[in-house]
Amino acid sequence: MKRIYSVLVENRAGVLSKVAGLFSRRNFNIDSLVVGETNDREVSCMTIVSSGDARTIEQIEKQLNKKLDVIKVKTFNEGASITRELLLMKVKYNRENRRDIMENCDIMGAKIVDMSRNLMMIQFCDTPERVNLLIEMLRTVSIVEIARTGCVALTKCGET
Amino acid sequence: MNGADAIVRCLELEGVEILFGYQGAAIAPFYRALGESGHIRPVLVRTESSAAHCASGYARIREKVGVCVVTSGPGATNLITGIATAYADSIPLVCFTGQVQSDMIGSDVFQEADITGAVESFVKYSYLVRDAADLPRICKEAFYIAASGRKGPVLIDVPSDVLEQEVRRFNYPEAVNMRTYKPTVEGNMVQIKKVVGELAKASRPIICVGGGVHLADAVPQIRAFVRDNQVPVVSTMMGIGVMPSEDPMYFGMVGNNGRVYANRALNESDLLLMVGARVADRAVNRPDLITEGKVLIHIDVDPAEIGKNVGPTIPLVGDIRHIFEKINAYETEADLIHARKDWIATLTSYRERMTDRIPAIDEMQYTDPRRFIRRLSELLPEDAIYVADVGQNQIWSCTHYIVRNGRFLTSGGMGTMGYSIPAAIGAKMAAPDRTVIAVMGDGAFQMSMMELATMRQAGVPVKLVVMKNGTLGMVREYQHYHYHDVFDMVELKGDPALSKIAEAYDMPFYHIETGDQIDACLPLFLEKEESALLQVDVDPNDLAKF
Repeated sequence: MKRIYSVLVENRAGVLSKVAGLFSRRNFNIDSLVVGETNDREVSCMTIVSSGDARTIEQIEKQLNKKLDVIKVKTFNEGASITRELLLMKVKYNRENRRDIMENCDIMGAKIVDMSRNLMMIQFCDTPERVNLLIEMLRTVSIVEIARTGCVALTKCGET
Repeated sequence: MNGADAIVRCLELEGVEILFGYQGAAIAPFYRALGESGHIRPVLVRTESSAAHCASGYARIREKVGVCVVTSGPGATNLITGIATAYADSIPLVCFTGQVQSDMIGSDVFQEADITGAVESFVKYSYLVRDAADLPRICKEAFYIAASGRKGPVLIDVPSDVLEQEVRRFNYPEAVNMRTYKPTVEGNMVQIKKVVGELAKASRPIICVGGGVHLADAVPQIRAFVRDNQVPVVSTMMGIGVMPSEDPMYFGMVGNNGRVYANRALNESDLLLMVGARVADRAVNRPDLITEGKVLIHIDVDPAEIGKNVGPTIPLVGDIRHIFEKINAYETEADLIHARKDWIATLTSYRERMTDRIPAIDEMQYTDPRRFIRRLSELLPEDAIYVADVGQNQIWSCTHYIVRNGRFLTSGGMGTMGYSIPAAIGAKMAAPDRTVIAVMGDGAFQMSMMELATMRQAGVPVKLVVMKNGTLGMVREYQHYHYHDVFDMVELKGDPALSKIAEAYDMPFYHIETGDQIDACLPLFLEKEESALLQVDVDPNDLAKF
């Protein structure tokens, strides 16, 4: 079972390592972890995607709540939230496959943001599933390098 | 006033009377300030982990936060085992460590260790102090965090320049205001009513008490509950002493080292109240099985413990004392109490029938530790504090020591060898009028015998019993069962002559070689209010679990 934890923490030195350390010590998975400041400069938001059985998922939330740097833990399923991930990817191209790559990017809504004689860099911001899909589609051409941010998420406006 | 003076002032305002520690360059400014002020008694231990164990023994008896103060680097890392031991048993400590100068942190200078990083998974919280002006707030928070909610150790790492930094205005905060820490104290009334409702339906209820009952200072409330509701009691190792051992309603310690009839009682109940217990592996072997066909009510101050090892029917988070004051306010129907008579009679018959199988000990050659401990129980004052170390001695103590109105202390969660001597020192300092006795094996004794000097220097009279069998008995026993008597790494061939150790520390020495010497020797050993060392020879082939 996949679960997203939106964790508001005190924006202090060492908090990231405390939270990440909790996951390794308790044998919980981290699929992805993203940290950034919020509108309050003293508060950071960590978006953590994890998976496990029902008991593990409950324990993760309880253990996060026990940490004294954690202000609030919100957990939700992907369905109740908008999730986004940013992908930057360098691919090698040639005369034959150039058009093909560009068409694929067009269909998916990805942008080409940088180019050289034989490399191009693709930028794509979408759900983690669609990011995976784009990577899958371009696997036939040679992918040189990939950087993904991991997933950020907020609950949908209609959800309370 | 500098940072060191500020810490001393904070400790005084928190009502600290005694602290345990070790000197070093990085922490020297603190000890200078402490000496200058003169209100708090520092006790110099012989190795830093003992400082934490002393503070733990002190905290458990004095029902206050224990304090220890050590230096940077190796001083701090030596403390870790003590901190982890306290964390596993939820003992409230505030530990100060000296640190290298702020501007040197991270450059691997002499005696530098990233102690806040190293103890992260063993502390409730930790601080690295950057500015002496923050010290009053940090100290106030640390004492509050350590002693509230689920108790535990808090570490404050103070660089030496912060200790010497000028503090212009000292303002000790009245209250703590942390948006991230609001422990649940009052139990939810809806849940409490549900518990009372389920209790009213149960004909075979049982309550299993853990260390949380002692920590919440809820022994009277639990005893009243048991009496008024006629609910039989079993305990975990940490819950020993919540009920007097010989109370008719007490059915012993559960778990793989516990009593057969206690486990039987747990299994045959229709309602199980787990109170301040973690449902940990040593107490409950298969958590999924004990819940079958019964109502499980789990009461704990830490919400994360509920549902961690076993899924309860009714979870109830809050302070145990508070919750049982509420539960005790409900009246129990007389019919129900009457209906429980059969259940209690059944358990009583189990207790009578399932007596201990005791291996045949040749008492002409060795001492039977069970008989020794029972005789010791009879001779000790009613309010004595008994500290068991870790190993076979601990299991024998758990099952045969008769607690009346005293306390039984041990390192339960972590199982730290060498806990008993320093913890007994702390306990004795917390209760100078009570008899304190530490019981250990020859393995654990050699892990902490340097603290005999602490006892002597601080003038703390503690009775020490060393059960000597020249082997690491608990592991040897494990090898007996699991490796068919192939014994590796357990022989203690280099054991010193304990009589000479006692002599070296100016301590009377007694020796019980065989069972027939118990009655003559024990009264002499216990007679005077002075430290004494008693060696009891036990059979290396003896078993704690038989």
